[in-house]
Amino acid sequence: MSAVSVKNVSIAYAGKRAVNGVSFELCGGDYLAIVGENGSGKSTLVRGIIGLLPLESGSVIFSGGKKETGYLPQQTKVRQDFPASVGEVVLSGRAACLGVSPFFSKEDKRIANLYMDRLGIAGFKGRPYSGLSGGEQRRVLLARAFCAARDLLVLDEPTAGLDSVIAAEFYRLLREFREYTRATVIMVSHDVDAAIANAGKILHIESGVKFFGTSEEYVASGLSEGFSGCRHG
Amino acid sequence: MPADLARASAGAVMAETLKLIFSHAFIIRALAAGALISLCAALLGVSLVLKRYSMIGDGLAHVAFGALSLALVTGAAPLAVSIPVVIAAAFGLLRLSENSRIKGDAAIALISSLALAAGIIAASLKKGMNIDVYSYMFGSILAVSPADVRLSALLAAAVLTLFILFYHKIFSVTFDEDFASAAGMGVRAYNSLLALLTAVTIVIGMRIMGTLLISSLIVFPAVSAMRVCRSFRSAAVTAAVISLVCFFCGVLVSFILSIPTGASIVVINAAAFAAAFVVGKFV
Repeated sequence: MSAVSVKNVSIAYAGKRAVNGVSFELCGGDYLAIVGENGSGKSTLVRGIIGLLPLESGSVIFSGGKKETGYLPQQTKVRQDFPASVGEVVLSGRAACLGVSPFFSKEDKRIANLYMDRLGIAGFKGRPYSGLSGGEQRRVLLARAFCAARDLLVLDEPTAGLDSVIAAEFYRLLREFREYTRATVIMVSHDVDAAIANAGKILHIESGVKFFGTSEEYVASGLSEGFSGCRHG
Repeated sequence: MPADLARASAGAVMAETLKLIFSHAFIIRALAAGALISLCAALLGVSLVLKRYSMIGDGLAHVAFGALSLALVTGAAPLAVSIPVVIAAAFGLLRLSENSRIKGDAAIALISSLALAAGIIAASLKKGMNIDVYSYMFGSILAVSPADVRLSALLAAAVLTLFILFYHKIFSVTFDEDFASAAGMGVRAYNSLLALLTAVTIVIGMRIMGTLLISSLIVFPAVSAMRVCRSFRSAAVTAAVISLVCFFCGVLVSFILSIPTGASIVVINAAAFAAAFVVGKFV
């Protein structure tokens, strides 16, 4: 009974095949880290999995249909002059659960406040999103992703641009989140050490699959060594 | 006191002017339809401008002009022809912009000039149509019919309902389409609804504003509000207020100075934008 089943997925991006015949399966509550060099198709793969890019071939099947996913994009195309307060952006993560109600419930607001608090942005609630630094914006989008994730949390480079204290707090928060919600987590990461230390499963891709298995097996395989030179954080 | 007298007589002239304005049924109709359309255009405009779809309004207005001219030539009912044509064009342009932004941009320019050219050729085929064409190009408050007023009331009801019931989802989809789509909000449905309502707003609004000026009703209030607001909610409300105030001021100015209404509204909107720009530097 796998929660996510990715079968032989190929995805073309910008005219060339970025992801080539990738297959893997995850159970509910699994925590997968996708690692690989720059340009190895990590972001393209996750965008394909959650339906933001069309698949050239293969299939992605979620047990129980399309999941409500909290997604942290690697980059956002938000306009610099977009009028949006931090509170509005984080709460927008709860918008999918609203149904036809025009108002957020106390519970929605409690959850949004909780994540803002944990990620150290509660003090910015009323400030305009566009006025924040890159790292602060990243934390706002992380809080929004946590708010939206009920079955699946997909994070593309969540710790990029965060200082080490905040990054450590993020991993702690992610652990608590998983214990509490049992949601499946897929994370794209540059930081192989942190991925091995935190994630249960590792997918190493280089357009196709180079490794898929538990993080213990990954360490034993010796594949993680190749990364030492370009390690981030 | 001469100054007091002058002030009193200026007040009397103003009161007299307002009385005169409200004594004409066609002006009441134009005011009602225009206010409702201004409200719709401003609300839809906030979302369109933030999604970088500003040019779609302009393209659709030209398509609407082409459709209206063809309807006039063939003797068909103008709204019955132009509303479906413009809705179809709205979906087409939306699809183009979704697929690739740069190609979409050029495609809008091509489609809008082609539609304008078709409209002008169609109009030239029929004698005595210059007046009608002129009024579609630059707007005419005389052209607003009771049916237009009813249609704008329906449209405004639809737009307001959408914004009140689905405000948070509209924000989410406008702010970050990818995120909204992953979270399971029907992004395509919202975009389609936005395109549909924009199309209807443009067809009705161009009677008052004119083909060449209607897109300013969508873009100006939104960009003015974005200068002074720091949250989406305040930007939407401010754009609606700016749009309504500028509309009424524009009609008043056009009446007092006997200048075209659509053009007056655009100029007043531009003045409001300049003011918002200056105020925005200090907030």
